[in-house]
Amino acid sequence: MIAVVALVAGLIAGRFLDLTAPDWLDPYLPIAVVAALDAVFGGLRARLDDVFSDRVFVVSFISNVVVAVLIVFLGDRLGVGSQLSTAVVVVLGIRIFSNAAAIRRRLFGA
Amino acid sequence: MSEVASPTGDGSARRRAWALLWHPRGWRAELLVAVLTALLGLGLAVTVRTQSGPSGLALARQDDLVRILADLSTRNQRLQQELTGLQDTAQRLRDDAGGDIALQEARDRAAQLGILAGTLGAQGPGVVVRIADPAGVVRADVLLDAIEELRDAGAEAIDLSGVRVVTSTSLIDRDDGVVVDGHRLAAPYELRAIGDGPTLQKALDIPGGVTDAVTAAGNGAAASISVESRIVITSLHRADAFHYAQPTP
Repeated sequence: MIAVVALVAGLIAGRFLDLTAPDWLDPYLPIAVVAALDAVFGGLRARLDDVFSDRVFVVSFISNVVVAVLIVFLGDRLGVGSQLSTAVVVVLGIRIFSNAAAIRRRLFGA
Repeated sequence: MSEVASPTGDGSARRRAWALLWHPRGWRAELLVAVLTALLGLGLAVTVRTQSGPSGLALARQDDLVRILADLSTRNQRLQQELTGLQDTAQRLRDDAGGDIALQEARDRAAQLGILAGTLGAQGPGVVVRIADPAGVVRADVLLDAIEELRDAGAEAIDLSGVRVVTSTSLIDRDDGVVVDGHRLAAPYELRAIGDGPTLQKALDIPGGVTDAVTAAGNGAAASISVESRIVITSLHRADAFHYAQPTP
């Protein structure tokens, strides 16, 4: 519950505060956001399965973001940045979809 | 991914899931989760705002930027070439528009050719040759000699009794005179030629020349030549369209 409130608060803050990501972070921010979304959906699903652990959530959230950004950063250095970022987005997208499907099943039984 | 078999249609399982969703789990866990989700919301908002900003360039990766730059350079080059070509054309057109001299030359040339072809009237100094022939002894060959002599002496436009004499002019003998380009002419004949008067007169007056030939024909035939400072030739030769000859470029 608090998580939802925090999410909305973060959205509002980002919307109305004139925050700009530092230049070096600009290309990686979208990937980081997608990775964090994946972590949040995973956490939600774990909660519904009653196996939620805040420690696991925090670690998975941070590691997800770091690994995703790292992969894309590495891809940039290797000259395959756009391809690798596409790969990361595809993989995370699939995970988000499957997690969302599981959540839907728990909550609505369908 | 451990997929738990979904309890479809099981109302209690669903209620349990909703309960788990709202059930608080200690403030420390909630706080951590809240911080991270707030961060996610912040990131989402900032990303969305950056992406919908003035241009997506700020978010583009280095190699994308290089590609975009290369595309733009290529495009710039192409447009530059186009600009150069158009400037060349504009310069040419401007030069041409300023080329009144060329136009004037073309007009002069057209006038020259018109006089030569007999399609334009002409005026200038020259001579008038009157050939009296009461007995009808002056034949076409004598007139042709006179015309040829005038041409050799530099006559630029010739008129024979109101008929413009050009390169294709024909002279045919008839009993009562001469047919010139289809026009029946009778004595006395009047040749009007534009050119250098004294030269033309000398050319006709040379011993054994035209004047002598007319006089030699006898029977009162005589040629009188007068040099005039201004002769106007208004007779025209109708130029037929060419059927076969085309100008070479």
